[in-house]
Amino acid sequence: MTTTWSSQPVLRVQGLEVTYYTDLGRAKALDDVTFSLGAGEKMGMVGESGSGKSTLALAMMRMIKPPGRIEGGTVHIGDTELMGLTEEGMRKARLSKIAYIPQGAMNSLNPVTRIGAQLVDAVKSHVSGDSNSAIKDRCLAALRSVDLDERVFNLYAHELSGGMKQRVCIAIGILLQPQVIIADEPTSALDVVTQRQVMETIDRVKDEINAAVILIGHDMGLMAQFVDKVAVMYAGRLVEVATVRDMFTNPRHPYAQALIESLPNLDNKGVFQGIPGLAPSLLRLPSGCAFHPRCTHAQDICKQVRPEVNHISDGRLVTCHLFDKEAVHVQSA
Amino acid sequence: MAKLILQRLAFLLLVIWSASTIIFFVPRMSSRNAIRERFAELARTGGFAPADLEAIISSMEQQFGLDRPLIEQYWVYLGNILRMDFGYSLSRYPATVTDLIVQALPWTIGLLIVTTILAFLIGNFLGAIAAWPRAPRWARGMATPFVLLTGVPPVIMGVLLLFFVGFRLKLLPLGGAYSIGTVPSLTWEFALDMLRHQVLPAMALVLGSVGGWVLSMRGMGITIQGEDYVTFAEHKGLTPGRIFRDYYLRNTLLPQMTAFALALGTIVTSAIVVEAIFSLPGIGTALNNAIRANDFPVIYGIVLFITIAVATIMVAMEFVYPLLDPRIKPQT
Ligand SMILES: Nc1ncnc2c1ncn2[C@@H]1O[C@H](COP(=O)(O)OP(=O)(O)OP(=O)(O)O)[C@@H](O)[C@H]1O
Ligand SMILES: [Mg+2]
Repeated sequence: MTTTWSSQPVLRVQGLEVTYYTDLGRAKALDDVTFSLGAGEKMGMVGESGSGKSTLALAMMRMIKPPGRIEGGTVHIGDTELMGLTEEGMRKARLSKIAYIPQGAMNSLNPVTRIGAQLVDAVKSHVSGDSNSAIKDRCLAALRSVDLDERVFNLYAHELSGGMKQRVCIAIGILLQPQVIIADEPTSALDVVTQRQVMETIDRVKDEINAAVILIGHDMGLMAQFVDKVAVMYAGRLVEVATVRDMFTNPRHPYAQALIESLPNLDNKGVFQGIPGLAPSLLRLPSGCAFHPRCTHAQDICKQVRPEVNHISDGRLVTCHLFDKEAVHVQSA
Repeated sequence: MAKLILQRLAFLLLVIWSASTIIFFVPRMSSRNAIRERFAELARTGGFAPADLEAIISSMEQQFGLDRPLIEQYWVYLGNILRMDFGYSLSRYPATVTDLIVQALPWTIGLLIVTTILAFLIGNFLGAIAAWPRAPRWARGMATPFVLLTGVPPVIMGVLLLFFVGFRLKLLPLGGAYSIGTVPSLTWEFALDMLRHQVLPAMALVLGSVGGWVLSMRGMGITIQGEDYVTFAEHKGLTPGRIFRDYYLRNTLLPQMTAFALALGTIVTSAIVVEAIFSLPGIGTALNNAIRANDFPVIYGIVLFITIAVATIMVAMEFVYPLLDPRIKPQT
């Protein structure tokens, strides 16, 4: 598993912030999220439900809907900065530069039009001047590359199985060969065998178009097999980003450690080790580090001072006071 | 498919039979006699009082078959229905019921069908926009006045329009299908005159019913916007126009078309009221006159005709549904 840390990253996310203005108050769902990803790299994004994984994906697509608002930050794909694009520019960037395969692909296809029409309209909204037969060939090729029969082109969504619908969504995602693909829990509704197949499909099409892939999910086992990097989210912050090997053998952030330790293995079979305490409400985040009430290493400073992102050795990012001294100062991307 | 069509035709026949049976027996429970009343009216208005009145009446009853036992009349009647022969009008003899329907129908279709479709289109369009978050605020607000008018009955609406627009402002004629004194002809002048007479009744019908469509469409629109496939369409970077048309409107079509078919069924009720207020010829007026005169062949004819028309539309809709939504397969 070689990662290309040094190469110019294709995706650079810097200081992304999203707030939901709810009736109960402001919920900061993304707080200073920073990371980057190289072409052909796969990053897994894990974290408890409600930690902001989908919000991060939607923010990168600029698809946060009211009452949510993107409050700041930049997202570069190559040389293009998405947050600065016009509405129309962003529309064109969706799918052609950055594709999002949504959580709940089961219902993501229009029930009343044929699958083919839904692939064709995606192409037509971005490229003009191609003949209809060229567009159709492109769509059929996309279906083939996700292991679907060409027959699917003429079917309706209700005639497909869950795994097939998921593949159709992936086929749509790769139609325009985007540089970044985000797959939000692409396998949570599938059986293990289909899960593997879908992941392998994502893997293969990623290689075909050399895209950077972000995989959102809860299944650490699946992550371990398929991604290069793992990012751990907690209460809207990326608390640790590391290679999959580092993350599994030597997690640094106390939350990441707890997460890895809670994974079942043959030695502690049958003993479910959760992380003590509850995930905090975004409306009433603890002061300082949001994890401190559940952290076994909490110090005084953790209760008062919000930790910054520390770039430590081998390119790892850890947002924790324990590593303030280890931080090496990297130019901000 | 052939089985399905046969099944639906059988259903249609059943509906027609039940409707015609009910229609046959209900007016016969009345003790009034249309022929006798016709002569009584003649006597009152024209002083025409033949000495052998009873003989004339009984000979006419014989001619219409009214002297025979009820059950025998019923069988004859059913046979006639099957041949689409509704017989003669009692009060407008020698006009046949079919003649009356054929005369009245174009007026009703022209006004009622057109306004129902118009209200449906306007209401659904405004409702769809009202629920569409990308639409400009002013466009979304356009539906509000119609919503406020929802449920104002056509009677009230008609009278208000007549009073303000027709009587006070004298902008449009007060009633009738065309100006008194003009002779119907195929000229632009006559067509224009006729249209001017249709504006107020049309407004009375449209204004009150647009709001209902706005409300149902807006509710549907909001639901469909929350659907994953609309969100995914945005992720795909589709143009807003295409999302609006193919993902949003297209999915509201089925429930709204069902409601539309049902709305067609209520047309006659509105026709009776509006045609009366604006003194328009039409099915509503014809039915109204027939009821007043106890002219039961005409009542049978019109009510049956309407029943058949509505039932046919409903059956036809069943064959249209699968075209609107592939998840629906015709049920045998
Ligand atoms: N439309 C919204 N209005 C208000 N708050 C929202 C909205 N959408 C998300 N949130 C809040 O933002 C936080 C992050 O939600 P998000 O959907 O990103 O979580 P997630 O990590 O994807 O969770 P899951 O694993 O369950 O998919 C949650 O606390 C949620 O309550
Ligand atoms: Mg999510």
